[in-house]
Amino acid sequence: MIAGLEYLLSFLLALVIALAVIHVGGLVFPYLMRRLWGFVGDRHGPNRVGPFGFFQPIADGIKLFTKEDITPARANRWIFLLAPAIAFSTPLLVQAVIPFSESYTIADLNIGLVYIVAVGAFGVLGILLAGWASNNKYSLLGGLRSAAQMISYEIPLLLTIIVVAMLADSMNLGDVVARQENVWYIAVQPLAFIVFLVAGVAELNRTPFDLPEAESELVSGYITEYSAMRFALFYGLVEWGNVTVWGLTTATLFMGGWRGPFLSGPQWLAVKVILMALIIIWFFSTFPRLQVDQLMAFAWKILIPISILNLAATGLFITLWPDDYLVPTAIFSWSAVIIFIAAFTFMVKKILLNKRLGMKAREEYEPWLLHKPPGPIPPRRQTGL
Amino acid sequence: MNVARKKTAPHPYVRLEEMVLNMGPQHPSTHGVLRLVIRLNGELVVKAEPVLGYLHRGFEKLAENRTYYQFLSMLSRLDYLAGIFMEWAYVNCIEDLMEIEVPRRAEYLRVIAGELVRIASHQMSTGDFLLNLGTWTPFFWTFRDREVILDLLEMLTGQRMMYNYIRVGGVKEDIPADFERECRKFLKEFPAKIDEYEKLVTDNEIFLARTLGVGIIEPHEAIDYGLTGPNLRASGVTWDLRKDEGYSAYGDFDFGIPIGKHGDCFDRYKCRIEEMRQSVRIISEALDGLPEGPVRTWTPPMLRPPAGSIYRAVESPRGEWGNYLVSNGGLRPWRVKMRDPSFIAISTLPRILPGYKIADVIAIGGSMDFMMGAADR
Repeated sequence: MIAGLEYLLSFLLALVIALAVIHVGGLVFPYLMRRLWGFVGDRHGPNRVGPFGFFQPIADGIKLFTKEDITPARANRWIFLLAPAIAFSTPLLVQAVIPFSESYTIADLNIGLVYIVAVGAFGVLGILLAGWASNNKYSLLGGLRSAAQMISYEIPLLLTIIVVAMLADSMNLGDVVARQENVWYIAVQPLAFIVFLVAGVAELNRTPFDLPEAESELVSGYITEYSAMRFALFYGLVEWGNVTVWGLTTATLFMGGWRGPFLSGPQWLAVKVILMALIIIWFFSTFPRLQVDQLMAFAWKILIPISILNLAATGLFITLWPDDYLVPTAIFSWSAVIIFIAAFTFMVKKILLNKRLGMKAREEYEPWLLHKPPGPIPPRRQTGL
Repeated sequence: MNVARKKTAPHPYVRLEEMVLNMGPQHPSTHGVLRLVIRLNGELVVKAEPVLGYLHRGFEKLAENRTYYQFLSMLSRLDYLAGIFMEWAYVNCIEDLMEIEVPRRAEYLRVIAGELVRIASHQMSTGDFLLNLGTWTPFFWTFRDREVILDLLEMLTGQRMMYNYIRVGGVKEDIPADFERECRKFLKEFPAKIDEYEKLVTDNEIFLARTLGVGIIEPHEAIDYGLTGPNLRASGVTWDLRKDEGYSAYGDFDFGIPIGKHGDCFDRYKCRIEEMRQSVRIISEALDGLPEGPVRTWTPPMLRPPAGSIYRAVESPRGEWGNYLVSNGGLRPWRVKMRDPSFIAISTLPRILPGYKIADVIAIGGSMDFMMGAADR
């Protein structure tokens, strides 16, 4: 009886903490994004409510709470109502295995990494259901795009997580953090970190991979038909809650988790999460959006080969030097990063420009003397990476 | 779901259906109220059909019920980002019918105002194009700098967008005292701002991947459709009324016409960027050589052009804006017909769009820079 009560209480405490993390993330990051994005665009951003406009998300929340919650007449009502809740479960559940400090982990699973991947893949379901149930063509397209995108980018994400598990020789996140006592894995495996960062941004549907809610093409994608608090749930809590949780995961896997001097464990985690959110805000303010096929090509032709190569190399080093594999792995990874960055900087633009030049030599025809009747529809010109 | 169903390809297991998507008239990226009925195969456009008329206000008929001066004040509402060119073409028609001599100073002031408007319009369109590609910051940057131009135009004409500045026989009034100083300050600062836009996006790999080779219009095609302006020049055709006809005072200035090579979205974007630079050059030359003298010749308060018809065109930011005027010698025009470049740009969409994806539809539409206020009239 007492044991059951204790179990119940610890469960409630865990739930409160997990909800608090999402809500703090969902309130602070939208503010931070709008404010910093405003500065990038030479504007003020929200600055009216509270000091420096800090209470703007709260005002927005109150407004959205008091709005009418509309369900479109021909929507699939129950799925439409359920979808935000399903999407909301992902950031909530992932936190279960994250070590917040040396002593506090909600559930100290020995397969924590597998759990993160499994629960993280769940997130696409809410979006897909929302897109389908809205009975709106834009929503449907957004939902389908997000399904294709998130499943494709799961693979490089998974492959890099395996690299981390191999380095730490454990799938328990507590062990992963413990193994990073001397050196963070971002220093050992920067290549895996970059792949994880890019694939993570794609998983989160943020710019430049924000195709499912591309506001200039699909109006708002899968959230077009949502209003009031369900909209807030999607737009604020799920999206930024996912960013928060993704930041927590990245910090745990690559940046030593709660470890750090002077501050306590949760404080260090908060600092690292904010750092990751700043990267996302920075991407958002400067990048255009990719196209669907380019997005897929990027995942399958670039990220997945790179991560498989990385996985194989790391495995090789661990087999060759079972006692001291960190140094050769680090040397390999850093040189690979430098090579890839150099290749990207010098090659990609050249390839793109060459492709266009190859399409038609301008000197071939004397245009305004020629009259060609419009022929059949030409095939899609090859563009992209 | 209200989806028009049609089989595209027989397949034993997979049934492929086409989806008809109504893009607009209420859509964030259709530049006003254009409606595109798109038939989609997955994300691929099979057929695209623009539907016009959501902003039709009957301008050509309204002209027949108003005196020449009354109609002049309405014209900026057509292409509301470049209103001054509508006035210019209309006034040119009346002046040439009545054989009114325009003072040289007035012509120079028209050029200055026109080029300022051209820069403002190109800023808006490049910012909007980049917004369509999913990046927000350039949009805010161009709007920030556009504000400076609008202030200058307010100083010059008294209005930010609906100018009514160009009058029959000259311009409304002479430049205010500190206009030249402010304008020179702007001209000095602005090229750096253009470099700033370019630094942000022009070399970005994602931007290149989205624009290079997308929405190609070949030169003969562009000519067949009657495209003008940056859309035509991006395809590699050298045609600019400012050079080829040298109307107004444009013969006096030394400036270049940016020409594209491939006629894709990137070239159209680049042409606009370069045209802004050339406009800066024209304005500074016009300010340097601004002649002294009156800015308006006397004209009768009620205009009665002799009976006859006339066509005059100017190079607006979107292309050749033409005005065909038929007068029967009365107080009101008998018929006014406008030749509008946006309408022609829209008419090329059914030819270009098939084969591209939805995201490209938006990119191509943004790069064509059409103005629904003018296309619907």
